[in-house]
Amino acid sequence: MAQKLEHRKETPSQTAGPYVHIGLAPGAAGFEIFERELGQVIAGPQSKGERIRVEGRVLDGAGAPVTDVLIEVWQANAQGRYNHPEDTSEPEFEPDFPSDFSGWGRVIPDFETGVFSFETVKPGPVPETGPGTTGRSQAPHLNLWLVARGINLGLNTRMYFSDEVEANAADPVLGRIESPGRRQTLIAMRDDTVDPPVYRFDIHLQGASETVFFDI
Amino acid sequence: MPTPGPIHGEFHARDHAWHPPALTPAYKTSITRSPAQPLLSLPQTLSEITGPTFGPSDLGPLDHDLILNYAHGGDPIGERIIVHGRVTDGNGRPVPGALVEVWQANAGGRYRHVKDTYLAAIDPNFGGCGRCLTGADGTYSFRTIKPGAYPWPNSTTSWRPPHIHFSLFGTAFCQRLITQMYFEGDPLIALCPIVNTIPDPEAVARLVAPLDMAASKPFDSLAYRFDIVLRGRRSTLFENRLEGN
Repeated sequence: MAQKLEHRKETPSQTAGPYVHIGLAPGAAGFEIFERELGQVIAGPQSKGERIRVEGRVLDGAGAPVTDVLIEVWQANAQGRYNHPEDTSEPEFEPDFPSDFSGWGRVIPDFETGVFSFETVKPGPVPETGPGTTGRSQAPHLNLWLVARGINLGLNTRMYFSDEVEANAADPVLGRIESPGRRQTLIAMRDDTVDPPVYRFDIHLQGASETVFFDI
Repeated sequence: MPTPGPIHGEFHARDHAWHPPALTPAYKTSITRSPAQPLLSLPQTLSEITGPTFGPSDLGPLDHDLILNYAHGGDPIGERIIVHGRVTDGNGRPVPGALVEVWQANAGGRYRHVKDTYLAAIDPNFGGCGRCLTGADGTYSFRTIKPGAYPWPNSTTSWRPPHIHFSLFGTAFCQRLITQMYFEGDPLIALCPIVNTIPDPEAVARLVAPLDMAASKPFDSLAYRFDIVLRGRRSTLFENRLEGN
C-alpha cells in the first residue's frame, strides 16, 4: 500500500453528436437565440497581415464528406503572437491585437456538400517554448480541433502553408512526423489565382491519406 | 528569434485508457470516422497552452436560462430542473471564467435542428441551448427542462438516454472538452452504445449527475449536480530550455 495521489482524472469525453451546432453555432442549426454567436470572426478587417481564405472538406474512411463536423481554429496573429495572457514570448514587444482579432473561430461546413470555408489572416511564425522543446521557431500554422458524430474525443491537428517551404522544413512539429507523405497531410496548397488567395486543405479521418492527428 | 520567457507548467497528459477510444464498433459511425494511425504526441508549445478567453460582455443576461431564453409567449413544456456544478482542474483548483455551453433535446426528445426529423414535436418555447461563465469558485448553474429520450438509427433498438451536451473551455486549447451529462437512475444509460464507448464504469459514473434535493427550488424545480474536471497542469514554473538549438 502507498499513499493515494490526489490528482483527479479529467471528465471523460463523449461525442459532440450530429447536433453540435445547436449549442455552439445555433444560427447554423436554423435558429436565432443569442445576441452574439461566438467564434464567427477570427480576424476582422482591422487585423493586420495577409488576408487569406481556407477551404476544404473533412472526409471519412469511405471518402464521404463529414457534413456534421464542427472545426475550431486557434491561431497567432501575423506577428506570431497569440491573443492570450500567457504568450509572453517577447515581453518588450507590444503585440497588435485590434478588437476584431480573436485568433479563434468556429467553422461549419455546408450540410449537403461538406465544404467548409473561412477567412482570416495568415499567422506569423510562433516561438516554440516549453520542456522537451528546442526553442526553435515554429512555421506559421493554424491549430484545428474537430468534433462530429462518430468522433469520441475531439481531434487535434494543424494546418501549415505550402508557400512556407523553408519554415516548414525547419518546423519542429512537422519534423516529428517520420513519413514525408504523412507530413504532406498537414500542408495546405496555396492558390493565387483568386483574391484573396485560397489555401485548400482536406482532412482525412482515415484511409491511405489519413491526416496526422496529435495528442497534445 | 525572440528569447522565450518563463511560462506556467505544462498540462498533464490525457489518459486515453480513460477516455473512449476512437474506434468503438458498437457505435457504428465511429467505424469510418476513427483515425487508424496512432496520435502523434507533441511537447506543449504556446500553440497548445494558450486559447481563446471569454468575458461577461460575450454573453447575454438570459443565456444560462433555457426556460426563458427562447420563450415566445409561454414556458417550455417539461420537468423544470436546475443543473449546476463546479469546474475544477485535475489538481482540484477551481477554473474561474470557463465558458460552459450546453445543448439538449426538448422534453419530447426532439432537437431544434434543421437536420432532426424525429416525429416528436418541436416546442415553440424551447431553443435547447445555453451558456455561462464559471464564477471565481468554478461554479456554474443553468435552468432548463429535463430532456426526453429519443431513438436513433444505430440499431432498431438504440435509444439515447436523456442527456445534456456540455462544451468546455479552460485556459488552454489543449483543455478543450465536449461531453454529455446523464441523469441518475436512468435504465437507458447502461444500454446506450455511446455511453458504452467509455471502457471504465468509474468513468461512466463521472457523467451521471445525481439528484440534488438540497439545491432544488421548493414548488418550482428539481436540481441535478454535475461537477466537471478539466486537465490540470504542473504547479511549478519552468524556464525554457535556452540551451536548445
